[in-house]
Amino acid sequence: MLEILQNYGILLLIGEFPHGKLGGLAMTLIISFVSLIVTFPCAILIALARTGNSKRLKSLASGFVHCVRAIPLLMLIFWAYFALPVVIGFPIDATYTLIIAIVIYQTAYLGEIIAAGIEGLPKGQLEAAKSLGLGYIPTTFKVVLPQALFNVVPGIVNQLTTIIKESSLGSIIAVPELSYAMLQVNSNEVTKPLQIFGILAATYFVLCFALSQATGVLERRIANRRTGRVIVEAVA
Amino acid sequence: MGYQLDFSKVLQGEYLDLILQGLQTTMILFAISWVLGLLLAVFLTVVRAIEFKPTQFLVAAFVEYHRNVPILIQLFVWYFGFAVVLPDAVNDYLNDIGAEIGYAIVALALNKAAYMSEDFRSGLRSIHPAQMEAARSIGLTYLGAMRWVILPQAWRLALPALLGQTLILFKGTSLAAGIGVAELSYQARYVEEQSFRIFEAYGLVTLIYMLISFAIMWGSSVLSTRYRLRVK
Repeated sequence: MLEILQNYGILLLIGEFPHGKLGGLAMTLIISFVSLIVTFPCAILIALARTGNSKRLKSLASGFVHCVRAIPLLMLIFWAYFALPVVIGFPIDATYTLIIAIVIYQTAYLGEIIAAGIEGLPKGQLEAAKSLGLGYIPTTFKVVLPQALFNVVPGIVNQLTTIIKESSLGSIIAVPELSYAMLQVNSNEVTKPLQIFGILAATYFVLCFALSQATGVLERRIANRRTGRVIVEAVA
Repeated sequence: MGYQLDFSKVLQGEYLDLILQGLQTTMILFAISWVLGLLLAVFLTVVRAIEFKPTQFLVAAFVEYHRNVPILIQLFVWYFGFAVVLPDAVNDYLNDIGAEIGYAIVALALNKAAYMSEDFRSGLRSIHPAQMEAARSIGLTYLGAMRWVILPQAWRLALPALLGQTLILFKGTSLAAGIGVAELSYQARYVEEQSFRIFEAYGLVTLIYMLISFAIMWGSSVLSTRYRLRVK
């Protein structure tokens, strides 16, 4: 097992970088963070449409969410990898297609989480903003979103865990991320698949377990802060 | 671009047969892993409910492994990793009968068991302990209290989450394509490669996935409303 790490450790961490393409664990992390960052504004738009007043936007957003939730991520990846280049007429790098597929998929899920955060705010917040004469835009950006997003931070971190796990699907379309690197190592060292995939599983485990523990801590801290506030309000 | 949509190619003959075979494999994967996963989940929940630290730790470790490692990697561990532990003769036999689907069922069932047992556990935990004390104090035995008081509420509380897991499992069967199980996504890819009808092949398969997913979503919402816990 140590031998595998000695021989392939660098390859698994950063791929062939700096002499070739970046890959391995670094690529998995980059794909995950970039996906999350791109997903974030899209998800906020979906959440605002879901919770807004416009009937048409509402049904559009809910139609999008339901359709995306009905398709396996692998099918989205196939569409992005094999069909999208035909539509736009030029090839795209597999890494980008993976990110595109994850962003579309996660927009639906993260959108629902943020929508729940918006709906979880007390009605009084909106009424207070309205009575101060604030319009839709300032209400949304100064009152609703800062609180709603703060309350769903654990949900967002949890989605990051999901995205890290989903990025492993990149190995099917040869994105040079961690799982793909391991599959390559496995085809070099044919005799040790159990150790190789054990290391792979352990790496994902450490990463995702740490993040989900962090989610738990965040959840408790935010819950404490919220109840703290309620007590202060009750006393006042 | 000169691409003409023509669904007649994938809607007849060999290609349609391949896709229907894929659908059948997908449904077999889904049904068997669901049943096995549910049974194992019940077992895990019972084991974890018994106050004995070592077994509780083992169940917790099982659950955390399956929740924090991608399903695709779990499939790899079984398909590539577990196979070398077996004697060669067994492996040859397994390869002859097409072991991929067996490994896929094992991996998916274990994965779902971990998630479902967490759902059961949170259903059980959300029932106030005072209910158990009350049930015992009116003379029910422990099992009687479980049977008549706790479980009828707990399974209703766990139901929406379990139905959510059902949809996730159905979509998760597509990952079996990663280890070469000829299910729906695998056939979509194969038909596309053979016929060069990208949009038709993926379109048809995506439509099949969507129809079944919508059916599961619809059934879930009907069941969740029907069995909602009205008194809490």
